[in-house]
Amino acid sequence: MPADRVPPSEEAAELLALTREIVAAELAPRAAEAEENSAFPRDVFRLLGRSGLLGLPYPESCGGGGQPYEVYLQVLEEVASAWASVAVGMSVHTLACYPLHAFGTDKQKQRLPEMLGGELLGGYALSETDAGSDAGALKTRAVRDGDGYVITGSKAWITHGGEADFYVLFARTADTGTSGISCLLTDGRLAGLTAGTPERKMGLTGSTTASLHFDGARVPDEWLLGAEGQGFPIALSALDSGRLGIAACAVGLAQAALDEAVAYALQREQFGSPLIEFQGLAFLLADMAAAVESARCTYLDAARRKDRGLPFARQASIAKLVATDAAMKVTTDAVQVLGGNGYTRDYPVERYMREAKVMQIFEGTNQIQRMVIARHLARDAAK
Amino acid sequence: MNIVVCVKQVPDTATERKLKSSDSTLDREAVDGLMNELDEYAVEEALRIKEAHGGEVTILTMGPSTAADTIRKALSMGADKAVHLSDDALHGSDSLQTSFAIQQVLGRTGFDLVILGSESTDARTGVLAAMLAERLGVSQVTLANKVEIDGSTIRIQRQTDYGFDRVEASLPAVVSVVEKINEPRYPSFKGIMAAKKKPVDAPSLADLGIDAAQVGLAGSATTVVDFAEAPPRAKGQIVTDEGDGGSKIADFLASKKFV
Repeated sequence: MPADRVPPSEEAAELLALTREIVAAELAPRAAEAEENSAFPRDVFRLLGRSGLLGLPYPESCGGGGQPYEVYLQVLEEVASAWASVAVGMSVHTLACYPLHAFGTDKQKQRLPEMLGGELLGGYALSETDAGSDAGALKTRAVRDGDGYVITGSKAWITHGGEADFYVLFARTADTGTSGISCLLTDGRLAGLTAGTPERKMGLTGSTTASLHFDGARVPDEWLLGAEGQGFPIALSALDSGRLGIAACAVGLAQAALDEAVAYALQREQFGSPLIEFQGLAFLLADMAAAVESARCTYLDAARRKDRGLPFARQASIAKLVATDAAMKVTTDAVQVLGGNGYTRDYPVERYMREAKVMQIFEGTNQIQRMVIARHLARDAAK
Repeated sequence: MNIVVCVKQVPDTATERKLKSSDSTLDREAVDGLMNELDEYAVEEALRIKEAHGGEVTILTMGPSTAADTIRKALSMGADKAVHLSDDALHGSDSLQTSFAIQQVLGRTGFDLVILGSESTDARTGVLAAMLAERLGVSQVTLANKVEIDGSTIRIQRQTDYGFDRVEASLPAVVSVVEKINEPRYPSFKGIMAAKKKPVDAPSLADLGIDAAQVGLAGSATTVVDFAEAPPRAKGQIVTDEGDGGSKIADFLASKKFV
């Protein structure tokens, strides 16, 4: 059964109803096959864009949906419960629009409506092979040359790499550590920019992940976002929101696994009784439900803080940690509930389990989240 | 161009639909109502014509107050305004009376083009477009799987057993469309919000010059004489293949006169 929500407004209720209608008719029926074939569903993003679901947390004045994070994240969760790859893509796209919205000039922001409307799909190019958790160590260079920057270097693990129409690129403009990083908005199809072969991943195979190679690619200086050297704070400011996005994706995935497990336990009989009547499995399902609902509460709490303009970095890290660990546990237990069937590709739960794993890794590993949380604890205690 | 789309709220075809024993009319309260699926194609076609040629799309429905949901959906898809004809006296109206009532509404809205779905999934008479055109004294171009507007001319294509017909008429006209014609759009989030502010006219029978005795169950030209519940579905027959599965299936199909 779908998650029982308490939308904060009638508008939000209608938005969630629209989302459910679209994901049930257009996403859910296609997910398994597309994941099996590693087929990136570009058309689905156009549909979501046309339906107004790709720019939800941005103001209506720039083409967004004007929704609080509390609502946007629940929409994202609904999408994730039907197709995690698409939800992760939505989260990444939303994140990729953030620097332009928050740091762009009015002239630069004229590009926002087509980004938020889904005509253009975005990617977030921060990580490098040797700069993952330690993003400040990135080496890709942006060298000033006339009226633009010449980019040289490689980015790694880029969601929508090779598919995106634009990237938010973080590159080094000076050798001054994190204060030498700048943020540029680049076109997806740029002379001197090539994408590597898509990574052969364990899960989320419907979402393309690839490296990007910049070999003297030129980006006009009008697409520098914020000031030169401001890139690292821009990257960090977007990450808290991105973590909430992944937390919502993880809860949606866990909800899907729970729903599948409950349906199976009601219908599958052994020793003359449905599985759900065996306490061992019933308690497993109860724990799964508790994990899903408590994880949802963590991201909703962080989102409400963000929506009220309160600090939410600690809560965002907690939500990301709790929700993705819950997704890992719930999807693994869903495979257990389905037994031998759960281990086959004829049922979706083994895929859910593979998809959950990466959520503990990307958007800041869960070890990084613990570091962030602990740092906040130390800082807050010292106050 | 002034385009009017006739839509109907019908019971969800996925649910079990029943007639009421009291007056042999459809029990609309027992099941969820939604926009007749075939009307979604009519709304979509109207929006496409408007996008290509300009104008305004008006949604017209006759039905109880719950049909407001169907109006809202059509407005969310992008229609500009709506007329909701709702009066208890209309309950049980047959196709003849319905076409009469809609004719009166169209006299109020005016029209260049009236678009309907091919039929409703509840009554399934499929005659409304023809009746309406006759009452209005305009051309009917029915069951279109393609519509083109060229100035004051409408050209449609209709699939037939031997190929297709191309039919042309002058506007104003009534056109009915089939599901092959397009892929109806989803409402957008903005469309849903905007729909709440779009005008919905709710004329009374008196506003339209309709005498309550001219419509409704009592005055219908057609009557449901009797009805019976469909027999429960028979249990399926499982054929175990013991080397002769093919001939057993062939025998079964022959017994049902399929082969």
